[in-house]
Amino acid sequence: MQEDQDINPIVLRRETGDDGAPRLVLSGRCTLTSLGGRMRSLSAELAGYAADPVLQWDITEIAQMDDVGAVLLWRAWGERRPAHLLLRPEQERLLDRLQTPPGPPPPARDWLWPVKVLGRGAFLLWEHLLSLLILSGQLLLDALYLVGHPQRIPWREISANLYRTGAQALGITALVGFLIGIVLSYLSSRQLQTLGADIFIINILGVSIIRELGPVLAAILVAGRSGSSMTAQLGVMRVTEELDALTVMGIPHSLRLVLPKVLALGIAMPLVVLWTSATALIGGMVVAEIQLGLGHQFFFRKLADVVPVANLWLGLGKGVVCGMVIALISCHFGLRIKSNTESLGEGTTNSVVTSITVVIIIDAIFAVVFSNVGLK
Amino acid sequence: MTGEECIVEVKGLHTRFGSHVVHEDINLCVHHGEVLGLVGGSGSGKTVLMRQMLGLDAPAAGEVRICGLPLRSHNPGELRQIRTRCGVLFQKGALFSALNVYDNIALPMRELRTLDEDMIRRLVMVKLKMVEIEPKHVNKMPAELSGGMIKRIALARAMALDPELLFLDEPTAGLDPELSDAFVQLIQTIRRETTLTIVMATHDLDTLVALSDRIAVLADQHIVALGSLRDVLHTDHPFITNFFHGDRGKRVLENNLDNL
Repeated sequence: MQEDQDINPIVLRRETGDDGAPRLVLSGRCTLTSLGGRMRSLSAELAGYAADPVLQWDITEIAQMDDVGAVLLWRAWGERRPAHLLLRPEQERLLDRLQTPPGPPPPARDWLWPVKVLGRGAFLLWEHLLSLLILSGQLLLDALYLVGHPQRIPWREISANLYRTGAQALGITALVGFLIGIVLSYLSSRQLQTLGADIFIINILGVSIIRELGPVLAAILVAGRSGSSMTAQLGVMRVTEELDALTVMGIPHSLRLVLPKVLALGIAMPLVVLWTSATALIGGMVVAEIQLGLGHQFFFRKLADVVPVANLWLGLGKGVVCGMVIALISCHFGLRIKSNTESLGEGTTNSVVTSITVVIIIDAIFAVVFSNVGLK
Repeated sequence: MTGEECIVEVKGLHTRFGSHVVHEDINLCVHHGEVLGLVGGSGSGKTVLMRQMLGLDAPAAGEVRICGLPLRSHNPGELRQIRTRCGVLFQKGALFSALNVYDNIALPMRELRTLDEDMIRRLVMVKLKMVEIEPKHVNKMPAELSGGMIKRIALARAMALDPELLFLDEPTAGLDPELSDAFVQLIQTIRRETTLTIVMATHDLDTLVALSDRIAVLADQHIVALGSLRDVLHTDHPFITNFFHGDRGKRVLENNLDNL
């Protein structure tokens, strides 16, 4: 039955009517499926016929006509009925719907858009800073409240977050740390060999990894891994109205959702930093042994001599600060998500991008402020 | 085309989730031009059956044919043909949240690649007029719309390609009674203007009674009743007794006595 319909598209037949006037008889099916690719040529053909004002149109033989067919005819006629038109009642109704063609969507063209975009961006930045400040203040108040009411500390949430952001991140940070250690050691050892300064590989690896690379690598990985999941979690809770349910139960978001995350990441992050630095050093050490023949026992003894312990504290300090900031930013973006899917994706992206940028800014600030600490 | 021809044909359909059997040997034929209401208690699998008719889920056994073409066909041309003949109104509208109202309705038309932009603009306006949405709303995003408007626009999108077959999944769920009546009237109007076959899953008695020509009742893994409202009412089954002869059922049926 399908085939019958599809090989039966619209046919135009020009004939002379009983009264001698020229007549155009349309027959067949005039629908989207039957017209298919003929749309354009047919449109031009119909327009050609419509230019003749005395032509009589007979569309009563059209077996089936849908909106596409009706619009096609209507457009060919120049948005009005031809003077002589024969049609069936249901076609009448179809054409009636087209009779008052509603206005097109208003062309939205705004010449001030650069100014508006810039202004909106500035206001948005201000809004973000303000609400981050409010959130931090709220967390401080919550922390003070918990000091007074220790039985209210959300231990369970803190422990769950410690596990998710700390323990589960060990694999990926170890892998990345180890590989970066290998790369760094390999490239440096080739350079140092040409200068005959093999022994300085320990200084280079020790200072750069413990002070700089370990914390930054760990922070970036955690920002991408845990930060995005925190934002998405809060965002989904917004979409499913769970946040509203918590509010009406009198459970504040900051105390139950944000504070445990910030505390947990503040605790987990220095440990992850320590772990990443350790695996990176091991990677570097392995290569140093293979490339330069420095034994690992010697490496360890020398490491303690050439790298002041202040570097380790600096690295761990960066870990604490970065961890808490990542959690804070992720939660801030998570709570801003509106209940639609587009906002969820956008919020998660913004959260990760912002966290990573801020991690690097924090690193730069540390570098400037502590420029004369831990370096001989 | 005769009225007895099946536009949707479900043959020997079985559905299992693990060891849980949802459907057992379901046979159903939706006739050309009718409105078939699909009812059943929660968990009876009406949504699953609907999804299988749409080709979104695969049945464990049996097959679904639309206009005589197998739904799980591997011929892309046949599949596209089926898709342009079907329109679907999802329960929550499923409007694309990244596109505004205009682009949501224009999307299926643009995907055909045979219509020019001027034609699409006119068609979108015709569809919007059909669902009684004013042109001033075309630039709004789905997030800015009310529930009733989302349903209407989703209906306009489902009707974008003038389908012969329309699936409605809980068309009035989440609408207040007044809006839901208006929506039912809208569907009735559209039905008068075009020849349309509708398959509708619902548990709203008012909608069911107002729209359906035939009703299929899903319970205990089978279709326990299939026929006009009168036939279904005379079938003896605990679910039907509960559903139609409860307090609410009586009230609705009394109001619609003239339809019986």
